[in-house]
Amino acid sequence: MFKYIITLISREGVCDKEKTCRIKGIMRTIAEINEKIKKGKAVVVTAEEVIDIVQEKSYKKAYETIDVVTTGTFGPMCSSGVFINFGHSNPPIRMQSILLNDVCAYGGLAAVDTYIGATEVSQKRGMEYGGGHVIEDLIAGKDIKLHALSSGTDCYPRKEILTTINKDNINQAYMFNPRNAYQNYPAATNSTNKTIYTYMGTLLPNYGNITYSTSGELSPLLNDPYLRTIGVGTRIFLGGGVGYVAWQGTQHKVDVERSANGIPLVHAATLAVIGDIKGMSTEYVRGAVFDKYGVTLFVGVGVPIPVLDEEMLKYVSVKNSEIYTKLVDKSGNVNIDKKYNYAELRSGTVKFNGKAVHTAPLSSLDVARKIACTLKEWINRGTFELTEKVADLPCESVVHPLEIREIK
Amino acid sequence: MSKLKLKLSFDKDCVTKPVIYELVKKYDVMTNILSANIEYGNRGNMILEIKGKEENLSLTLEYFKSLNIKYEIYAEAILWDESKCINCGSCTAVCPTQALTMGKDDLLHFDKDKCVVCQLCINACPIRIISVEL
Repeated sequence: MFKYIITLISREGVCDKEKTCRIKGIMRTIAEINEKIKKGKAVVVTAEEVIDIVQEKSYKKAYETIDVVTTGTFGPMCSSGVFINFGHSNPPIRMQSILLNDVCAYGGLAAVDTYIGATEVSQKRGMEYGGGHVIEDLIAGKDIKLHALSSGTDCYPRKEILTTINKDNINQAYMFNPRNAYQNYPAATNSTNKTIYTYMGTLLPNYGNITYSTSGELSPLLNDPYLRTIGVGTRIFLGGGVGYVAWQGTQHKVDVERSANGIPLVHAATLAVIGDIKGMSTEYVRGAVFDKYGVTLFVGVGVPIPVLDEEMLKYVSVKNSEIYTKLVDKSGNVNIDKKYNYAELRSGTVKFNGKAVHTAPLSSLDVARKIACTLKEWINRGTFELTEKVADLPCESVVHPLEIREIK
Repeated sequence: MSKLKLKLSFDKDCVTKPVIYELVKKYDVMTNILSANIEYGNRGNMILEIKGKEENLSLTLEYFKSLNIKYEIYAEAILWDESKCINCGSCTAVCPTQALTMGKDDLLHFDKDKCVVCQLCINACPIRIISVEL
């Protein structure tokens, strides 16, 4: 049924069910919610708080009171980076090879534009420092060493520049993350007899531990499993400042195996997000190293979800014990047919093959909670209004593998 | 009663010897194997906590020497910079003694007494705020 609704929404803008609900007056609109926000009368709760409220009251009564539910997540998100415009020097340079604190940034844009990606590693310090750390240092307001080379042109005669930049002396600096806020992610373990080092952390031999990465019941896309309210243009919390959903994230996938409550059991939808780093804080953007794997960036994302009708309230009141994820062998050797819910994973141990296996999180629930609370505070203060999405994210999508083809 | 935390590494000649039995029987020390990785007939290493009279602990170390078992004494302590911690929990994945755990408050908790200074958490920490104090 949900798929049917989604299809109708994407084809006609408003589905039949929503039309009926509006006529009956049992549905609220984002415009109505924004009016309440302006008057300071909107009722905003976090995705954790809503669970208790729904348990105390009925869905119907809870729906009548709650306007917005805020979510949050703070985990390692490799597909992240920042666009920067440095401004022009005198004489000017058309930068072709660009280093920021000895970390390579992209030189294939206009003269003084670049993109620094989170996972690029330092040419001098290797994996211990990388793009993620440059981004954190930039947000912290630190001076960053800029070294760029050029072959020189008639209009850009300078061939080399060595200087320092910081967030106050550059022009634009905006984060554009091609893939953030994964809607669910499989938990990881290791079937081999050797420790393996992965983006899911250090995995001990012989199923010695299980790691998982989610904020579960607080996670943005787990609270709107069919993306009814989240789309292109949705205003969000990003890295401590205000950002927007720009597009579907890379590897966005919706046609996946789901539990009866609509929650995907594996990786599914993703978001591409954008936001000005000048409003961000290092509390919510942190460079990180995964041992013997590489550099990444912890990014804080929070999405406000308007409680448009009782169905939305059901989605946002989902709890950890109802959110399942599959377990995957990260060595790639064994096909494990096992799923756990996040209440089990968060307990610290789960049963696997008859044994108790230690579980460990990789994303910070503490910071995720702070994000949901901050977003709630912004809305309560009237400084953050909700947006109507400009376009839906795709409701049908395929993730292709990369074939190895012969070069002719 | 004194206590020592040791990291032992031994080669194939002593992998087959009942070392722990000898410690208990001959030197009257209480042993607690915190981590062991032994390839039978090849080599192995072990993190071992021993408790006993000071003189017996010295004799134990002499005994290790006589068997050509290399040992390092953990005299260090793990330093966790709590103020910079993001409480992600990655370090808890590798901690063999549950000295590092996630509490009910979803914050990282560090129990110094349980720590054997195996140092696995140092590299498992993605934001590099765990170090060893000599």
